[in-house]
Formats: sequence, C-alpha cells, structure tokens
Amino acid sequence: MELPNRSYIDSLCRGDKAFEERLLTVIKTEFPSEKEVYYNALKAKNLEEIAEAVHKLKHKISILGLEKGYALAAQYENEILDENFDHSQSFEKILDSMTEYLKTL
Amino acid sequence: MKCIIIDDEATARLIISKYCSDVKGLNVLEEFSNAIDAMKYLNQNTVDLIFLDIHMPGFNGIDFIQTIKDPPNVILTTSDPNFAIEAFEYECIVDYLIKPLTEDRFIKAINKASNSISATQKETNSSKKESTEDVLYVNIDRRLIKIDMPSIYLVEAKGDYIMIKTETKNYIVHSTLKKIEGKLPDHTFLKVHRSYVINVSKIIDIEDNCVLIKKDIIPVSRSNRPILMKRLNLL
Repeated sequence: MELPNRSYIDSLCRGDKAFEERLLTVIKTEFPSEKEVYYNALKAKNLEEIAEAVHKLKHKISILGLEKGYALAAQYENEILDENFDHSQSFEKILDSMTEYLKTL
Repeated sequence: MKCIIIDDEATARLIISKYCSDVKGLNVLEEFSNAIDAMKYLNQNTVDLIFLDIHMPGFNGIDFIQTIKDPPNVILTTSDPNFAIEAFEYECIVDYLIKPLTEDRFIKAINKASNSISATQKETNSSKKESTEDVLYVNIDRRLIKIDMPSIYLVEAKGDYIMIKTETKNYIVHSTLKKIEGKLPDHTFLKVHRSYVINVSKIIDIEDNCVLIKKDIIPVSRSNRPILMKRLNLL
C-alpha cells in the first residue's frame, strides 16, 4: 500500500524550517476538521456534502505525496453523486494512514 | 503586482502565499477564506491579480467572477480539472492551476498574468495618447480653451481670425486657416475652399458646388471638388 511521505512538503519548504513548522501546524489543525466534516456528511447521507468533503481532502492527500490515493479519491468523489460508495473503505483507509503519519511529524 | 488570495482552505492559502513570497515584485495584500469578504475588499481596493479557488461553500469562484465589476486578472487554483474549459470562457482568467501547486507551474502562471497586465497597460496608454491627440487648445482672451476635434464641423477664415464651429459652441480665434489645417487630422478634415475647412464626416449633402454641413451651406472650389469626391464613399 502507498504510504504518506514528505516529498511534496520538502520540495515546497526547501529547508525553510519556520515555514515547514507553520505548514504542518495548519495541516494538523485543518485535516481532522475536514475529516470530521466528511464523516458527519456520511452520517447525514448528504451526497453533495460528502462529495465536497472528499474534494477538499484530496488536496491534503496530494500534499502527503499519495498519488494513487489522490486518483482514488477523485474517482470516489465522482461516484458519490451516483450513490456509488464502492471506494469508501479504501478512501477511509487513506485517511487513517494520513492520521497516523501526521502524528509522526 | 498586487494580489489577493481567496481560498477556504488555510493550507492552500499558506502554500500560495509562500510561492508568492519567492517572486520579486509580487505582493500579497490580503487573504480571504470566502468570496464575500473578498468582494467587500475589492469594493474599496484595487488589485492586479487574484488567486481564486473554485470550490468554496456558498459562493464559489465562478459566481465570484460573474459578480464583480471589471475583474482583474485571475489565476484559478483548484483540485478540479473539470472546470478548465469553462474557466477560459472568462477573459479575466489567465491561468488554471491544479492543486497541489508546483513551483514551475506557479511561475508560468505568474508570467502569464504579468504579460496580460503589461498588454492591458499598453492598451490604456495608447488610448490615453489617442485621446490627447483628439484635443486642440486655442488661445482666446489669454485663456487656453480645449476643443474636442471630432466635434468641430467647420472652420471659416475671417480676415485675421478663424471661426471654429463645433456641435455645441463657436469660437473666434486669432489664427489662420493654414495653421489650423495643419493641426486637424487629414483623414477627417478637408479644405474645400480658400476660406473653409470642413469635417467630411459631418456632411449632410452635396449639391453642385456646395456642401450642406449642419445648417451651413459651404462653397466648394472647382480645384478642391475632385479631392472631396475621392474622400466620399460613393455608391
């Protein structure tokens, strides 16, 4: 399975430690709330909100270097409005791996 | 180049702002997490460039562009490539960046925006120049009075003076027909008689050796008639 990594963050920060710290702080704050929005929308079965939440999470997925994860999220986002949740479990596994990875940063 | 960033995601705003700080001469004036606040800001401030996210709750990026008056250059930033075709229907959109942004692509977008701004400035400068060229200043009673040249329909020699007739007012100026003839644009004005220069575009009709221009009947000398006829769009 593809693992989250720092390749994008490193290329963006280019050794600027202060910026890296700011970026990680913002991601660590924003990611849990975006995740919460996704699960709440899922509970409420609000298709538009679920798709919107997945859309927003895609950016964080790409920032953590998950290229395949990004493609899967994009596919899942498109399928949601057709009430197709085939990729929900794989998507949520990606979220879990990101959650664990962010704890290490 | 003055810019603002509109994105509901703080991470995205931070990344854009970081790339902007690496570009000389590009200043981020403000960041907004929603389009409504940005609109209020733009009502009182001008910017050269907007980094605009498309997917925002309530009021999205496209709604924003459609709502603001005379939008400046816009670089769209989004995770959704599906909007690309629609995006270029708007003249103000100079580029479309897919998240996550990369430095190379960001620089390319900035260059496009910069070229677009330069082109607009050139256009503005040339239209300013044209408007200056359309104006004539005449000395009347020690005052320089501005006359809009396209509004002149007739200039008549009156001894040491000339009478300049415009749509709204007539002016008597101490000058000669030859002098003013040199100042008026050749493509619009023509000397039809030793005492008259007319604005050809204001002619109402021509009969024998006279033209009717506004309410004035002006003689056309035999030698000038062929030149006048050449200037007319004859059927």
